Amino acid sequence: MSAVDDVSGLTGPARDKVFQKELVTLIPHLRAFARTLTGDATQADDLAQDALIKAWDARLSFQLGTNMKAWTFMILRNQFYSDKRRSWRSTQLDQEAAERTLMAVDDPESPVALDELRQAMAVLPAEQREALILVGAGGFAYEEAAEICGCAVGTVKSRVSRARKAVQGILEAGAYDRDGRAAGEAMGHILGEAERLSASVR
Amino acid sequence: MMGVGKVPFIGNRKGHTALKRDRTTKYGEEVRPRADGMIDQQQNSAGQRPAEGLDEARLRQRAIGVKLRQMFDEVVNEPVPDEFLEILRRADGGQSGER
Repeated sequence: MSAVDDVSGLTGPARDKVFQKELVTLIPHLRAFARTLTGDATQADDLAQDALIKAWDARLSFQLGTNMKAWTFMILRNQFYSDKRRSWRSTQLDQEAAERTLMAVDDPESPVALDELRQAMAVLPAEQREALILVGAGGFAYEEAAEICGCAVGTVKSRVSRARKAVQGILEAGAYDRDGRAAGEAMGHILGEAERLSASVR
Repeated sequence: MMGVGKVPFIGNRKGHTALKRDRTTKYGEEVRPRADGMIDQQQNSAGQRPAEGLDEARLRQRAIGVKLRQMFDEVVNEPVPDEFLEILRRADGGQSGER
């Protein structure tokens, strides 16, 4: 691949410049990954900024011409877990988030709550959530997601599959219905919206 | 350096082509929305052409997939807050010292 060869020999400021130019284009994706991972805009931007700083500091360990998006996502992910270890216990099922969410939903005064999918995502175990985000939204192949998460491809596949089933189950159970909506309406809502969206996508 | 040394190097591993930049991805789904608002079937692996009466569960999975991407893309399409660019401006100034 000659394009790779062109940049891989660069050093010093010229290399930094090439690195930075590509890194800048990844910022929106890092923010999106952080947002969907944490479910919180402020926390997400802190996380994404930390990841950006780390990526810059580690720029010499990155080989230009290889997949910078996957590399930065891995940095962000590692940062997320190290933050989480510090503040929370890392459990399979995020029980606290689940309880907070359910409480918020039960509260009729609850202001414009997160939409149903966000809520469903929030109660997924973190590793299922990240797998679903990477493969289902981030555009990564299973192999790439496995590299990012540091696990086997089969593990990613099974996490994605379990995450999908869980999200669907949560939505269908109507656990997040509010304002007297009938059970299962969350799913109906998503179906309707997806239909509307798919009309405008691609 | 805040432990970045622990970040494994993921490019250029022998025998690995998975991280090539131009790899196509499929969101791991078997289907994608079509522009006409219908749902198109697209197999990941050689599979049977889906029946006309679409499996309800699959339809729902697809809907979730579309919604998930929308959720992600919403953020991607937001303007980047200036703090992000500021980080790189500062980093660049401190590092290269030129320009």
